[in-house]
Amino acid sequence: MRKQFVKTVEEILGKNEKVVLLLGDIGVFGFRESFKLYPTRVYNIGILEQSTISVASGLSMTGLIPIIHTIAPFITERCFEQIKNDFGYQKIVVPGTAEEFDTLFKESYNNGNITYFRLSERKNQTEVKVKFGKANVIKKGKLATVIAVGPLLDKVISATLNLDVTVIYLTTLRPFDTETVRKNIVGNKVLICEPYYSGAITSNIINSSKNPLKIDLLGIPHEFLTNYGKMEEHDEYIGFTEKEIEKRVKKLIRSNE
Amino acid sequence: MKNAKNRVTVAEKTIKNLKRKVIEIASKSGEDHHIASAFSIMDILWVLYEKILSIFPNKPQHPERDIFILSKGQASLGLYAILHEKGFFDTKTLESFSKYNSILGGHPMKNTKVGIESSTGSLGHGMPIAVGIALGLKIQNKKQKVFVLIGDGEANEGTVWESALLSSHHKLDNLCCIIDHNHSTDRALSIDSMKDKFESFGWKVSTVDGHNHKEIEKSLRTKHPKHPLAVIANTIKGHGVSMMKDNPAWHRKSPNKEEFELIMKELN
Repeated sequence: MRKQFVKTVEEILGKNEKVVLLLGDIGVFGFRESFKLYPTRVYNIGILEQSTISVASGLSMTGLIPIIHTIAPFITERCFEQIKNDFGYQKIVVPGTAEEFDTLFKESYNNGNITYFRLSERKNQTEVKVKFGKANVIKKGKLATVIAVGPLLDKVISATLNLDVTVIYLTTLRPFDTETVRKNIVGNKVLICEPYYSGAITSNIINSSKNPLKIDLLGIPHEFLTNYGKMEEHDEYIGFTEKEIEKRVKKLIRSNE
Repeated sequence: MKNAKNRVTVAEKTIKNLKRKVIEIASKSGEDHHIASAFSIMDILWVLYEKILSIFPNKPQHPERDIFILSKGQASLGLYAILHEKGFFDTKTLESFSKYNSILGGHPMKNTKVGIESSTGSLGHGMPIAVGIALGLKIQNKKQKVFVLIGDGEANEGTVWESALLSSHHKLDNLCCIIDHNHSTDRALSIDSMKDKFESFGWKVSTVDGHNHKEIEKSLRTKHPKHPLAVIANTIKGHGVSMMKDNPAWHRKSPNKEEFELIMKELN
């Protein structure tokens, strides 16, 4: 997905002369051509994320469209107040494949709001025609609803292959597509599978249903995780496996209304 | 010489009136506000809006306007008084200060229709925003200048020094940072020498008496090719009102009835 990011942004830099790229000393080699082609619009701004967000706010006040790239925790947590105060309402996009990133980014980089794109090392094999701000219904069933966010879609599809459930796929979290979820949620049993801290979209799901819901959450637990190791080992601990998803859905289906 | 002297007197009179207005609207709001912080920068704001900034109060969003950002947003009352004086909004708007539906609050909310270029108040935001504007103007070959006013206490924030690094590295000679150096936070963390610090970060530095209009104007007109300009204004918090002067009790406070009378008398 990061390679696609370089490709997509290079293309946009060429097409839209209002676009300015700020790198937090990350991905600099990948953008070596852009540095040569657009020296006044491509900056390795340095390792100062708080100021980078505010500088981007200033750039956008002059009519330019800044794109900022660095490591996820730096750009979400160190500068949280700058995002909130200097920009305001944030849009959030979690693509599941490189192609989806390309589509969603081109549709929304110029939307007038600060928009966060979560690039992942993981990507789905399933191809879905996504649209910014819209949820996709992957399959329809009767016994429960499974919500899959971004790169967790493949595992959800495999885990529910033989289960009579509806699967809804989300790549845009803010704004939340309440309408599609409302129309397609079945019964009152929902499993939400999120590739980040668990619980971020729970209130949106509750608001999308006319009836009280029985919800199970599968996401990164709210605890201080100190392990190293491989991604698969972390997946095993968190429950990002087909086996765990299948177990959770079956348990939900069996449970009382 | 006589004329020059008269002009100063007129300015001084106007500033006293602006300060009276600030006292009035702060008292009327029924809440405590940062009056002393506003009085620390009133002379600087006056010189900026009277002599330096290219502004268009009748067309506040004019694309060729200079940009001023009050980064120490708690001094908003000073900014509002000047913007009102310059015709950015009417008296009714000024007097609506801090009411539920008002566009003017304790800390400024961005509203370019009335000359407020950025939301500020959480310290350390205005300077990097100003850096972004200055860089954005340069990228687009635009000629206007960007001014940002920070507090010396605000300079505790790391973003001020991140911005200081960025500004000199990118040779932002369209950027001027004014430091309201009233020593109000020396009790927590002393920051002197401000001059040495900015110079070592690659800035052109000018130090002035922040209540002397001629000095402020001269300093703001300093040529600074290929470098950003820092104007260190030595100021007095609560300037012009003896009970407020460097008195921490007045950091965030509005006068009671008795204090109101005394202050208004002194500002008469």
